[in-house]
Amino acid sequence: MEASVKSREGTAVTEQAAGTGADLLIRSLKNEGVDIIFGYPGGAVLPIYDALYRNPIRHILARHEQGAIHAAEGYARVTGRPGVVIATSGPGATNLVTGIADAMLDSLPLVVFTGQVAQQVIGTDAFQEADVIGITQPITKHNYQVKDARDLPRIVKEAFHIASTGRPGPVVVDIPKNISVAGLEADIPHPVEVDLPGYQPTYQPNFFQIQKAAQSLAAAKRPLILAGAGVLAAKGTEELRRLIEEWRIPVTNTLLGLGTIPGEHELFLGMAGMHGTYAANHAIQECDVLLNVGARFDDRLTGKLAGFAPNAKVIHIDIDPAEIGKNVPTDIPIVGDARQALEALLRQDAGKPDTEEWIARLDDWKETRPLGYTAATADGIMPQDAVRLVHKYTEGDAIVTTDVGQHQMFAAQYYSLNNAHHWVTSGGLGTMGFGFPAAIGAQFARPDAKVVSIVGDAGFQMTLQELSLLQEFRLPVKIVIVNNASLGMVRQWQETFHGERYSSSLIPIQPDFVKLAEAYEVKGYKVETLSRAEEVFREALASDGPALIDCRVLETENVYPMVAPGKTLSEMIGVMER
Amino acid sequence: MKRIITTTVINQSGVLNRVTGLLMKRQFNIESITVGHTEQPGMSKMTFVVHVEDPGKVEQLLKQLQKQIDVIKANDITDKSAVMRELALVKVTTPPQVRSEVQSIVQPFRASVIDMSKNVTTFQVTGDPEKIEAFIDLMRPYGIKEISRTGVTAFTRETQRTEMKPDLILQ
Ligand SMILES: Cc1ncc(C[n+]2csc(CCOP(=O)(O)OP(=O)(O)O)c2C)c(N)n1
Repeated sequence: MEASVKSREGTAVTEQAAGTGADLLIRSLKNEGVDIIFGYPGGAVLPIYDALYRNPIRHILARHEQGAIHAAEGYARVTGRPGVVIATSGPGATNLVTGIADAMLDSLPLVVFTGQVAQQVIGTDAFQEADVIGITQPITKHNYQVKDARDLPRIVKEAFHIASTGRPGPVVVDIPKNISVAGLEADIPHPVEVDLPGYQPTYQPNFFQIQKAAQSLAAAKRPLILAGAGVLAAKGTEELRRLIEEWRIPVTNTLLGLGTIPGEHELFLGMAGMHGTYAANHAIQECDVLLNVGARFDDRLTGKLAGFAPNAKVIHIDIDPAEIGKNVPTDIPIVGDARQALEALLRQDAGKPDTEEWIARLDDWKETRPLGYTAATADGIMPQDAVRLVHKYTEGDAIVTTDVGQHQMFAAQYYSLNNAHHWVTSGGLGTMGFGFPAAIGAQFARPDAKVVSIVGDAGFQMTLQELSLLQEFRLPVKIVIVNNASLGMVRQWQETFHGERYSSSLIPIQPDFVKLAEAYEVKGYKVETLSRAEEVFREALASDGPALIDCRVLETENVYPMVAPGKTLSEMIGVMER
Repeated sequence: MKRIITTTVINQSGVLNRVTGLLMKRQFNIESITVGHTEQPGMSKMTFVVHVEDPGKVEQLLKQLQKQIDVIKANDITDKSAVMRELALVKVTTPPQVRSEVQSIVQPFRASVIDMSKNVTTFQVTGDPEKIEAFIDLMRPYGIKEISRTGVTAFTRETQRTEMKPDLILQ
């Protein structure tokens, strides 16, 4: 089989002074400063792996391409630098699709290289051929198919530039096998600059718009800042903190914006949206000026659009002009980089709003309608306890990754982050299977950080094969399975909106996660009581090596408070009153 | 309402796919689309006619188009002073007894006969879409065997009438 493919595709390596296209690719990656690649080999990328063998860049062999790309996303999320992925043609590439779509919706910089069958056979349904360009076109910021090996340096340069500038996103580079094996007579220098006339993101905000925004904020009685992940992408958390403190403006976050401001900050109201706090959601509904910095007014944040922030003049800072006015009518649009815009606002001298009365009111809401839950009876564990214990024994300093579901919302609510760039979660796509491999990528990026992956029992089982990487690299990732023996979030919706008909959402039969962990030489714990949980969390989270905690929690707990779909942010259910 | 959108794109493979894919993803209905080279090497121009209900959606469409790496500019020229042309080939049943009657109708449209057989004439007509529609309506009673239309291509006039609304060109 291989032999016939070989002759048909003419893959015999031609000896040339400058090596092959694959060698040129690796040199280009080095020129871009790439020091880690997450990937998985296969026929169409064998020449690239061969070139990596000759000229190594650290390569992490995931155990599934989806694991590789989520790891690259975790890496990108905590560093802000593009995560790099390689996969083979056909199934290798299609296994990446979920991660590419995830990175697209959450604006994560990725550069993804996929092998492709040789140009001579493209379009013939050749072995392991898939139309990767067609498949990834709507889920990439941009994609390329390399037509000539000599274009590789330019394309690599452009791919990294596009992925990491403006609004970050994934870029796919599809490389036919004959391009990888093509011999090159001379080296092609790495370009110094890119020439992309159709791509010129606006960083510098318009001065007059900033002036208007400053005046509106200064005149406001009830101003509010909504900070999203755009602030993190722009590395603007310091400017945000200054604006909040110097102008005394309270702040809330989107799910992805968590960490832009320390969770314990006195002016922080907690997360807003479907499972946001009472104070945050009501602040949005009551504010007279809403300054959105780097958030895209996603429906999980806004609730019913018609009743969203009904009293507010809306100022929206976004580097992507297409986000402004897309969902929420905007009074003062500001296209630009979040950090530069915040800096520009701080330079204004329109005065500062008098917000003490407003803050007092918000403080009262925080006080009287806090997040809370009822403790379990008989030494049982609530899912919120699991998050609380992680917080207690990491003191809010961990890098926390989550999967998708109830535990994700509990983590967002109860893990009060001390630091920016320490929160890794799948927001836009809501990808189960994301959390654990993302923790691996984060740990590779930050070898000395404490990385904790809070996952559900179901989502963890979608990508658990990556336990191999903990074993292989002794990565000290801590996995906390908030095990409710069900697809918790699905179960909750069925309870609330589908008459308690639990259709395919209860999983009473659970694997022995401790044995599973041990199979990969990961220390495993199972806890069923709160008193034991205290001990286990303390020990496991302090340990130097990898650990997994199967934390059995009350199976029927729901995430509250909640804004049901189609309701406005004022219509919250399950609010705790004190 | 109907909007006429023009885009200048870098002539890369896949760019047409990206643009039409985007329209599909964002749920815009394309009535027609034309693509061709421009005076600048490596650049193509696409003109498409889309149906959009809400003016906010047009702005969103332009921004999404503009966001594509290979799109240099995107304009809505519907409310501008523009030249618009479309070409249609219309095959009409023309037995000898109606032939001269048809000929006289066709005259003001400056349609040309590009093929003729005993009972069928193929006309080529160019003009703005309204003219083409009018032509087709007049031919219909005689029996139309086939129509092929290119879709509109357009650009703005050098001199804009001053009362025109400011355009939606994005920087
Ligand atoms: C890949 C994928 N499939 C399905 C879903 C729909 N979904 C959202 S939450 C959820 C349940 C997750 O269960 P679990 O991982 O145990 O977490 P829990 O909600 O119990 O905390 C499901 C199935 C999804 N988000 N992603």
